[in-house]
Amino acid sequence: MLTIRRDLVDAMVAHARRDHPDEACGVLAGPAGSGRPERCIEMTNAERSPNFYRFDSMEDIRLERELDSRGEERVVIYHSHTATEAYPSRTDVNIAGYPEAHYVLISTRDPDAHELRSYRIIDGEVTEEPVEVVESYMFSHTGADDVPDAP
Amino acid sequence: MAVTVSVPTILRTHTGGEKSVEASGSTVAEVIEDLERRHSGIKNRLVKDGSLHRFINVYVNDEDVRFAGGLAAAVHDGDNVTILPAVAGGDRRVRL
Repeated sequence: MLTIRRDLVDAMVAHARRDHPDEACGVLAGPAGSGRPERCIEMTNAERSPNFYRFDSMEDIRLERELDSRGEERVVIYHSHTATEAYPSRTDVNIAGYPEAHYVLISTRDPDAHELRSYRIIDGEVTEEPVEVVESYMFSHTGADDVPDAP
Repeated sequence: MAVTVSVPTILRTHTGGEKSVEASGSTVAEVIEDLERRHSGIKNRLVKDGSLHRFINVYVNDEDVRFAGGLAAAVHDGDNVTILPAVAGGDRRVRL
């Protein structure tokens, strides 16, 4: 289950719409171990392609250092599909290297209605999970009990 | 040359769960050989057909070694070597 604030969903969808017809990609970061996405970081699609995405490698290492120094991790890794459904392709699955992350896919093929779905991808196996969109995390329990909720 | 290597979650099965391990070598290739001696199986996850795996990024002090000679990139005592899985995907079929 992915519990996620509405403003973060809106941020990912807006990014995907803006970059359409190219694929958009990015990260939702949150406190390490919390499972709670707190902020959206748009990444450059170094491929600038309608059917492929790849984080720019230098941007990625800067992100890694920033997350480390803030005690954060990649809670969500998202990207868009611009002509197909929001389901991971064979290539998405083969390359997926963050078993601890939620992989969110957004389809922008319909200009009027987006499709957003979330998956775990572990050892080449895809498991879809429910997405609960909330206005705030205050009343929804997310993550482990030993990680304090956001103020 | 002793260096510290940061290991991503997906490769920690080879390091007994450790996220940071020691290794030595004067090039990235030598560091990977030493890692393999200490953590069997890790080399195959990093190197394919004599070059760095396409979807693995290796950095020496935050510099992507692809822009610094690849496996031949120099490593110095005290350097930090970071391994990150590339974040990528798409509809095109790619050779892994």
